[in-house]
Amino acid sequence: MCSLALFPPPLPYGQTTVCESNNELLSGSSTEDQLKQDFSPPSLSFPRESLKLHSRTENSSKAAFLDHSETLWMRSAAAWRDGGLTGLLNEITNSHPHVPKWLSMSSGCILALLRWVSSFHGSLFPHLTLSSEDMIAEFSQVLNWSDCVVRAFAWHPHTDKFAVALLDDSIKIYNPKSATTPTLKHRLQRNVAVVQWKPLCASALAVGCQNCLLVWHVDPCSLSTRPSAGCAHVLSHPGHAPVTSIAWSPSGSLLLSASPMDTAMMVWDVAAESCVPLQRVGGGGVTFLSWSPDGSHVLASTPSALFRVWETRMWTCERWPCIKGRCQSGCWSPDGSRLLFTVQGETVIYALTFTNTPAVPSGTSKGPHAAVVVADLSETTFNTPDGDIVVGGEIQSLAWDPRGERLAVLLKGDPRAADRSPIIAVFKTRVRPIFELLPCGFVQGEPGAEPRLMQFHPNFRHGALLTVCWSSGRITHVPFYFLSASIPRLGPSGSPTLPHVQERPADFANQSLFTELIS
Amino acid sequence: MFSSEQSCWFIRKVICWRAAASIAWAVLLLPPSTAIFVFLSKFSVLHPIQTISECFSMLTSATAIFSFILLCGVIIMVGFLNFEYYTVIPTIACSKIALFGQLLHPRQLVNSLVHCIMGMIVAWCSAVTIGFRYETLGHPCAQTDGYHQMCLNEYHLILLLGGAFVGFSHSLLGVIHNMNYVSFHTVQQYKYLRFKGCLPLVVRCSATQALYSVRNFIVVYYFLGNSAHPLDSIAGLLDLSLLYHLWISATFLLFTWYIMLLLFRIFLTEGYSFPVQSSFTEDADHCLPKVLTEKQPMLLKFLALQDLALLSQHSPLRRCEVFSLSQPGGHPHNWNAISKECLSLLADLTQRLVAYHDTVATNGRAKSLSSGKDFMSPRPTAFMKTPASVFARSIAGGQQSPLTAPFTPDLDSPFMSPALRRLAAPVEQGSPWYGTVQSPHIMRRVPKLWSFRSYNCNKMQSSSQALFADSQAHIWALEGLSYLVQASFSEDQFGVVQTTLPSILSCMLVLQEAVDRHFKLPHASSKPVRSTSSMGDSTYKTLRFALRATLKTAIYRITTTFGDHLNAVQLSAEHQKRLQQFLEYKE
Repeated sequence: MCSLALFPPPLPYGQTTVCESNNELLSGSSTEDQLKQDFSPPSLSFPRESLKLHSRTENSSKAAFLDHSETLWMRSAAAWRDGGLTGLLNEITNSHPHVPKWLSMSSGCILALLRWVSSFHGSLFPHLTLSSEDMIAEFSQVLNWSDCVVRAFAWHPHTDKFAVALLDDSIKIYNPKSATTPTLKHRLQRNVAVVQWKPLCASALAVGCQNCLLVWHVDPCSLSTRPSAGCAHVLSHPGHAPVTSIAWSPSGSLLLSASPMDTAMMVWDVAAESCVPLQRVGGGGVTFLSWSPDGSHVLASTPSALFRVWETRMWTCERWPCIKGRCQSGCWSPDGSRLLFTVQGETVIYALTFTNTPAVPSGTSKGPHAAVVVADLSETTFNTPDGDIVVGGEIQSLAWDPRGERLAVLLKGDPRAADRSPIIAVFKTRVRPIFELLPCGFVQGEPGAEPRLMQFHPNFRHGALLTVCWSSGRITHVPFYFLSASIPRLGPSGSPTLPHVQERPADFANQSLFTELIS
Repeated sequence: MFSSEQSCWFIRKVICWRAAASIAWAVLLLPPSTAIFVFLSKFSVLHPIQTISECFSMLTSATAIFSFILLCGVIIMVGFLNFEYYTVIPTIACSKIALFGQLLHPRQLVNSLVHCIMGMIVAWCSAVTIGFRYETLGHPCAQTDGYHQMCLNEYHLILLLGGAFVGFSHSLLGVIHNMNYVSFHTVQQYKYLRFKGCLPLVVRCSATQALYSVRNFIVVYYFLGNSAHPLDSIAGLLDLSLLYHLWISATFLLFTWYIMLLLFRIFLTEGYSFPVQSSFTEDADHCLPKVLTEKQPMLLKFLALQDLALLSQHSPLRRCEVFSLSQPGGHPHNWNAISKECLSLLADLTQRLVAYHDTVATNGRAKSLSSGKDFMSPRPTAFMKTPASVFARSIAGGQQSPLTAPFTPDLDSPFMSPALRRLAAPVEQGSPWYGTVQSPHIMRRVPKLWSFRSYNCNKMQSSSQALFADSQAHIWALEGLSYLVQASFSEDQFGVVQTTLPSILSCMLVLQEAVDRHFKLPHASSKPVRSTSSMGDSTYKTLRFALRATLKTAIYRITTTFGDHLNAVQLSAEHQKRLQQFLEYKE
C-alpha cells in the first residue's frame, strides 16, 4: 500500500511547485520560474476585491415594501406559486382577519403536521434541513465552496479553452486563441456549483446552479463578450434543486444531473429538453456523479453511507454500502475498468475493478465483490528545516489525468491547526498491465494560498497538466512532463501516440508500493 | 409480394405477441386498481371499519364479478384499438381546419363512438360498484293513488352519461394530443423499471384529466339537460358527494385506459435484436441489412434502426460482423447494405429540406425571409431538379413511401391545409394561393394582417414539425453510421468503411448545410411549449432540435476520431473547408 511516508517532504516555505520533469517535481520561489513551453495556458488571478458582490435574496425584497392590499385570492395564488403547499398554508394561517376562523385553524394544524413529518424525514436524512447554499457547500467537490472566489472550473474536452465560474455568479470563458472573453450571466444562474463542457461539441456548456440547470451555447466564432440570455436553455424539474453535480456522457448525447434534495437522478435529452428520472429511494438524494471515460458506468454517491454504480446500457445499478460515511469523491481510469473513491471520515483511497464483458449481449458487466484499499493518506509528520509539517487526513477530491498516469488528491487539512493546511498530493499511476500506485510529490502554491479546486487538462500532449484554483483567486497550471507508458490511445489530434520505451522510476524501486496481484 | 410476406413474419411473430402481452398485463393489473377504486369510492371517514367490510362484501359479490368481466372486455377492446391505431410517425395537423378534418374523419368517428360506448360500460360497472343511490337505472317511486311506478334514477343516468362523455373526450383528445403516437426513448430501461417510473405520471394525468372532463360534463349537462329533473339545477349539481363519485369513476376509467396505453407503448418500443448475418439462407430475410431496407411496417424499420444504433454503440462482436466480408467472394455486403440504407435516408431528408426551403422561398413570404434567394446559387444541381416533387411523390405513393406519411392524412382529408397542398403540388404561378399574402386587401388592414401572420407562423411551425416527424429514424441512422465509423478506426480489419467514408462525410455535410438553413427560417428555431401533464407524447415537437444536435455530434465524432487523416479523404473543396471548421472546433 502506498502511504504518505514514502513521499518526498513538502517544499520549504516560500517555494512553489513549478512542474515535474525527469521524474522530479521542480520548485521555484516565484511564478516567473515557469519553464517556457509551446503551450502555456494563461495563469489568471481573480482578486476578491475586483468582484462586484451582491447580497440579494429573492424573498428579502418583499419586506421592504408597504403592506400589500391584494385580495386574499391573489395572495393565495402568489403564495402557491412561490412557496407551494406550505407557502399557501402559511398565507392562510397568517391572514386570519380575512378568512374564516375554522379555515385558518385547520390550515395551521396541517402546517404543523407537515412540519412534524418533515422534521421526522429530516432526522432520517439530516442534509434535508440545510439551506441550498449550505447544501452545495457541503457536497461540492470544491474545498470550502462558499468562501471560494473561483467556484467551478472546466476545461473544454477537445480544445484549450476553459470556463471559470466566479463568486459573483458570472462565468467567464478563456480561449488562448481568441482575444474575446465571453462573460455569461443569467437571471437564474445563482450559486454555480459545477460547470462542464459537452463532449463532441464546440459550444455547449452545462451549468448546475441553485435552482436549475442551464445549458449555454457559446458560439466559438462570435465576437460578443456578453452572450444574451437567449443563448441559454433552462432545464428544470420540480424538486430537483440545488444541482450539485452534472455529468455529460462521453458520447455527448445525454446529460446527467443530481441534487441532494431529489432521490431521482435525471437523464436529460438536452436538445429535446426532456428528462427521464432514474429513481432509487435509498440514500435520500444524489450528491456526486462521475461518468467513466468509456461511457459504460456512472458513479452516483448519496448523502448517506451508500453509493451506486450504474451501467449505462439498461440503466440498472449496483448498490455499494460504505461502513463509515458517504462517498465523497471518485474518479475513473481512462479505460473505465477501475474506480477510485474516497469515503468521508476515512483517510484511504479505495479501488473497485470492473471487468466489462462485451461478449454478453445484454450488456451486463460483472462487478467486483469488495473494494480494495490502495493508498493510505493518514497523517504523517515530515521533518523539514522549517519545522515539523503534518500532512494527511481526509480527502476532498480526486482527479486522474486522461492518460491514467498521474492521480491528484486534494487533502482537506485541518482549518483549526495552522500547520495542517490543505495540500495536493500527486501519485504516479499505471493501469495496465497491472494497477500500480507510486508516490510523486506535493503540489504547493504561493505562501498562504490554499488549493480549492483542481482539474487535469483533457489533452495535454507532453504528459499531464494539472490546473489548480487557489484560495487567493489565482488559477495556475502545473505541467507534469513525462513520456506516456500506456497503451497508445486516441489522442486529441486523432492519431494514436507512438508507444515509447517505458522508463522505470529507479528511485522507488526498493520501496513498498501498491501493486495489484495477478490471480 | 415478398416484402409483405416478410412483414407478415414480423407482425405475426413479434408485434402481435407484444400487443398481446401488454393486454395481458393490463388485465392482470385490473384487480388491484379495481380494489383501490372500490375502497376510495366507498370510503367514509366516520366509519372506517364499516368501509372495509363493505368493500370485501362488494368485491366478492356476483355483480362485482360480472362487472369485472365487463371491464376486462373493455380493456381488451382498448388494447385492440391501441394496436389498430398506433403510429410511430405522428400525424401533424398543420392548421386548425386540418385538425377539424381529422376529427371528422369516418375512422375517427367510429373510434369516438366505440370509446363512448366503452365509457358508458365502465361507468355502469362503477355505478354498480359504488352501489347506494347509483345502483339501478329505475327506482320505485310512490304515487298518490296507491300503486308503485318506476321512475328514472337520475343519479345512475348522470354517471352513465358522464362515462360516455369522458370516453368521447378521451377519444377527441387522443387526436388533438397525438395519443396514438408511440415514441422511442433515448434511455433504454427494462420494462418493469420504465413502468414503475411512469406510474406516478399516469395517476396524475388521469386525475387531472378526469377533473377537467367532469367540469366540462357538468356544464354540458346543465345546459342541455331537462330542467324538470331535480339534478339539473346548480344546487342539485353542486352535490359534493355526487361530484366526488363522478370524478373518482372518471379517474378510474382514464387510469385503466392510460395504463393500457402505457403498457402498449412500453412493450412495443422495447429493443429487438436482429441478427447481423445468418448462416442459414432461410433466415437471411430476418437479418439486419435486409430488414433495414423494408418499407412496411414502419415499426419494423424503426426497431431495426434502433438496433443498429445500439449495436454500433455497445456491442463490439456484432460490429465485427458488420465489418466482416462475405465468405465466398469477400465482399462487405453487410456494411454496404447498412451504409447505403442509412445514406439514402439522410439524402431523403436533405432533399425534403431543400424542397421545403425552396417552396417557402419562392412563394410570397420570401420577402420576409433572410436572403432566401442567395441560398439557391451554391446548390449542387442534383438536388435542384425536383423542388416540390418530393411532396408530390408522397401523395401519389402514400402507401409506397411511408416515410413521408405525416403528410398523407392531411392530403386525403378535404380540409387539407393550404400550405401543405402548396408543398404537395408543384407551385404554379396561376394557382389561387400564389401571392395571396401580398394582396393589398390584406395589407391595408393591419390588425388582420397581424392575426394572419401569427396564424401563418403557427402553421409554418407545424409544417416544420411535420417535416421532421419521422426524424427519429434519421437520428438513429446518424448515430449508427457515426459510431460504426468511429469503431472502424480500430476494429475494421479489411478497411471496408474507408471506401464509403467520403460519401458518408459529404452526405452529412450536405445535410448539415440544409439543416442550418432550415433553422434560419423564422419559425423553425422557436421552441414549442411543453405540456407535462398529458399522456400525449410531444417528443415529435422537438425532434428537429434533437436531429440538429445529433448531426453535429455525429460529424464531430468522426472528425475527432480521424483527425488530420481526414485531409486524405477525397472531398470537394467546399466540404474540405467545412470539415476543417469541425477539425478546429469552430462549428
